[in-house]
Amino acid sequence: MKTANEVTTSGKVPEGWSPLLELATREVFEIMLGSRLQPGNGVAPVAGDFTAMVGIAGQLCGLLTLRCSAHSAALMASKMLGAEIKESDQQMWDAVGEIANMIAGNFKNKLTGMGDRCLLSVPTVITGTDYSFRSMADTGPLEVTALFESVPITVSVEIHS
Amino acid sequence: MNVMKKICALIVDDSSVMRKIVERSIRQAGIDLAEVREAANGAEALGVLKEQRADLVLCDINMPVMDGLEFLRQLQTLDNAKNIPVVMITTEGSESHVVQALSIGAKGYIRKPFTAEQVKEHVVPLLENEK
Repeated sequence: MKTANEVTTSGKVPEGWSPLLELATREVFEIMLGSRLQPGNGVAPVAGDFTAMVGIAGQLCGLLTLRCSAHSAALMASKMLGAEIKESDQQMWDAVGEIANMIAGNFKNKLTGMGDRCLLSVPTVITGTDYSFRSMADTGPLEVTALFESVPITVSVEIHS
Repeated sequence: MNVMKKICALIVDDSSVMRKIVERSIRQAGIDLAEVREAANGAEALGVLKEQRADLVLCDINMPVMDGLEFLRQLQTLDNAKNIPVVMITTEGSESHVVQALSIGAKGYIRKPFTAEQVKEHVVPLLENEK
């Protein structure tokens, strides 16, 4: 497993991290939502009505984002709470943020030795698609797009020093 | 199977969705809840415990205002509440966090994502000790 320093000097995220991000995402959806994600083979990354962001700071610095449609956000909240949540319900924001938070933590803990060396921020959730996003990443994004109840969602990690 | 007396639980998490999931997991673990109190951060939780009783606290770590570790530290100064068992439920799953939390008074540590079975494994023995 590469260290954070190797990541930032090479300018590339280690190849082995992509399956870990995918596994971390899949586990959160299976355990907390009881939903099995399907591979998003060839599906384009989602722009998303909802973008949840969790900062990573420490030896590894960066940002994890979860992007999804409003429909998917409502469905996530419904599955987490075991009750129907409408697309206007405030609990969508909370649910999407918490899922992103759990994916970030689960991913971080799967990176050898990284669990102890970096911390997570509380999640922030923004809505709408008319925004520009620019991180200070030294690497290209590590991105996983999967199908949640047949609708694509995208989880992305950008790493910077 | 309900094996213990009805308890009053305090659930501390900045996510209202997560507080509901934790409550559901406690019930699924067969623990009979007489009452559930909620707090969105450590400071709110201390305020609740100064005024009201609880038999069990389930607490996140990463929260605004006051995090779960600071809550644990300050809980030790409350004579009426310092012996209440606290179980951390958090995404911060590193070994150092576990050691730190346990060293300042947590009785258990559950990593998110979690199952009701994990809640049962960590919480039921604590409540049985309290019987």
